[in-house]
Amino acid sequence: MTDQRKRDASPAIELREASRAFGPVVALDRISLTISPGEFFALLGPSGSGKTTCLRLIAGFDHPDSGQVLLDGVDVTDIPPFERNVNTVFQDYALFPHMNVADNVAYGLRVRGVAAAERRKRALEMLDLVQLESFADRRSTQLSGGQKQRVALARALINQPKVLLLDEPLGALDLKLREEMQTELKSLQQRLGITFVFVTHDQGEALSMANRVAVFNAGRIEQLDTPRALYTRPKTAFVAGFVGSANVVESDLAERLTGRRQAFAIRPELIRIVTNGAPPPDHVVTEGVLENILYHGASSRCHVRTGDGAVLAVAQAESGDAAALPAPGTRVRISWPRASAVPLE
Amino acid sequence: MVARSVSRFLHGRQGFYLALLLAPPLLWLGTVYLASLFALLAQSFYAIDEFTARVVPELTLKTYRQLVGHPANVDIVLRTVLMAVAVTLASAVIAFPVANYMARHAGPRMKALFYVGVMLPMWTSYLVKVYAWRLLLAKEGIISWALTGLGLQGPLDRLLAVPVVGGPSLASSYIGMFIVFVYMWLPFMILPLAAALERVPQSLLQASADLGARPGQTFRTVVLPLALPGLAAGSIFTFSLTLGDYIIPSVVGAPGYFIGMMVYQQQGTAGNMPLAAAFSIVPIVLIAIYLALARRMGAFDAL
Repeated sequence: MTDQRKRDASPAIELREASRAFGPVVALDRISLTISPGEFFALLGPSGSGKTTCLRLIAGFDHPDSGQVLLDGVDVTDIPPFERNVNTVFQDYALFPHMNVADNVAYGLRVRGVAAAERRKRALEMLDLVQLESFADRRSTQLSGGQKQRVALARALINQPKVLLLDEPLGALDLKLREEMQTELKSLQQRLGITFVFVTHDQGEALSMANRVAVFNAGRIEQLDTPRALYTRPKTAFVAGFVGSANVVESDLAERLTGRRQAFAIRPELIRIVTNGAPPPDHVVTEGVLENILYHGASSRCHVRTGDGAVLAVAQAESGDAAALPAPGTRVRISWPRASAVPLE
Repeated sequence: MVARSVSRFLHGRQGFYLALLLAPPLLWLGTVYLASLFALLAQSFYAIDEFTARVVPELTLKTYRQLVGHPANVDIVLRTVLMAVAVTLASAVIAFPVANYMARHAGPRMKALFYVGVMLPMWTSYLVKVYAWRLLLAKEGIISWALTGLGLQGPLDRLLAVPVVGGPSLASSYIGMFIVFVYMWLPFMILPLAAALERVPQSLLQASADLGARPGQTFRTVVLPLALPGLAAGSIFTFSLTLGDYIIPSVVGAPGYFIGMMVYQQQGTAGNMPLAAAFSIVPIVLIAIYLALARRMGAFDAL
C-alpha cells in the first residue's frame, strides 16, 4: 500500500484508550473512538459526562493523561492546537471583540501570513457561504446570536480544515433559529464534505443532524450507533432513558410483566391505553392509575402508576377527540406489543 | 409612616431621585476639583509685579513665555517627561507577566496572595518608603553591599559611570530615582492590567490557537489589544504620578529639578504663583495629549 492510500484509508479522528482526570473527577475513562472522513458525528451526553473533554482533546486544548489522539492516522497527542488541521466553533462563539466581522473571519489567514487583499477576498467568500457578506464591516459585538454563530462558522472554515469541531453549536439560540441552523449545518456539511464533530446535550439535535452518535455517561461511551439504532435498540438503561426518554422497566417488574427476568425499554409511543375490548395477542398488558396528562399538541403524555409503584409514560397521538383519553385518577389498562420491548444489558 | 410616604413620593420620580443623590458629590467635585482647576488655569495667566512680587489679576502670556523660553525650564519639563515615560514603560513591562499570572493562571489562594502582595506596600507611609529606598540605594547601602558580595561591583560601577543617568551612587543618580519611581507606582499598573486581562475570555485565546496562531501571535493580536484599556489606565497612573511627584526627586537621585519640585518651590519659597500654576498645567496638557493618542490607537475600543 502506498502512503497516499494508507492515508485515505485511515480514519479522520481516532482516540485510543484516552483518559483524562481533573483531580479526583474522572472526565474520560479509557475512551476509544474512530470517526471516518466525511462523517457528521455527535458526542451526546449530559453535562459532566466527558463529551466536551473529548472534543477538547481532539482540538488540542487539553492533553490526555494517558492514551492517544490521532488525526488522519497521525499521532497528534503532543501537537499543540495551532499545528492541528482542525478548527472549532466555540459555544460562546469566541469572536474577537476588537475586530470587525471580516477580520474575524480572516484571522486564520492573517496568522498564516496571507496578504491583506487576498485575506479580505477569501473572508468575503466565506461570509457569502453563510449569507453574511453585507456584514463584513460590522463590529462582531453588534451581531445577534445567530449571526455570531455564522461568523464563527465562516471563521472556522476559512482554513479549509479536514475536521470541524462544534461545541454545543446551537445551545445559545432560540428554538426557531436552532431548527433553521440544524438544517443549514447539515446541508453545509454535505456540500463541504468535511468531517463534522459536534458536542450536544440535546438528544433531538444529535438524532436529527448526526449520522453516528456516541452517547457519553460518566466518562465512558455507553453506546455508539446510528441515530435510528440508538432510538430503536438502546443497549443500556441510560441510553434508553437519555435518547427519546423511553420507559426503562427494571428486572423485578419485568419478571412480573413478561415472566423473564430481563430489564427492557419500551417507547411511550408504543404503549396504548386499552379503552375497550381485549388487547391483540402477543401484547403485554398491565393495569395502573392514570396520574396525570401533559398535553404537547401532537401528542399527550400520560403517566400511569402500576401496582408495583413504577410509573410508565404513555404517548397518545392527538386524535382531535377530547374524550379519547380517560380522566386523571381513573384506573386504566395499558398494553404494548411484546416484540417492541428492547432488552437492556 | 413618613419613610413610607417619602419612598412613595420618590418612586416613579427617577430624575428627582437621581438629582437628590448626585447633588452633594457633584457640588463637591464641581467646587473642589473643577473650580480650583479653573482657578489654577487662570492664575497661570496672571501677571506678577516685579517690585512687590505680588500677583496682579492682569492677563498676560509672560509666564508661559518664561516657561518655554528659558532653557532651564524646558530642561525641567523634558527631564520629567522622559522620566515619566521610562517609568511607565518599565512598569508596563514588569507588570504584564505579574498581572497575566494573577488573572489567568493563579488559583484562588495564590490570586488573593498576589493581590495582597501587590497592595501591601501601599499601606505603608509614602515618606517612609522613599527614605528607606535612599538608605537601600546609598553607597554603603544593602544593594551595593550585596552586589559587591556577588562580585558584581564592576557592572554596578560601569552602570553608574553612564553619563547623565549615572552618578556617585545609586541614591544620587537618575537610575536610583527611576528604581524608586517604578517601585512606587508598579501596583497602579498591575491592578488595572490584571482587571483587564481577567475580562479576556479563555475561549478567545483558544480560538486564536485553534485558527493557527502561535502563542506569540495570540499575544500580539488578541491579548495585547484587549489588555490595552488596562494598560492605558495603568499608564495614566504611572505617567501622571511621576509627572507630579516632588518628594522622590528631592530625596533620591541627581540634583536636577523636576516639575513637581518646581511647582513646590515657585509657590512656596519663590512666591511666584503664576509660574507654579503654569508648571502644573504642563502635566495636565501632557496627559490630555496622551489620552488622545491612546484613544487614536484604539485603547478604549474594547471597553
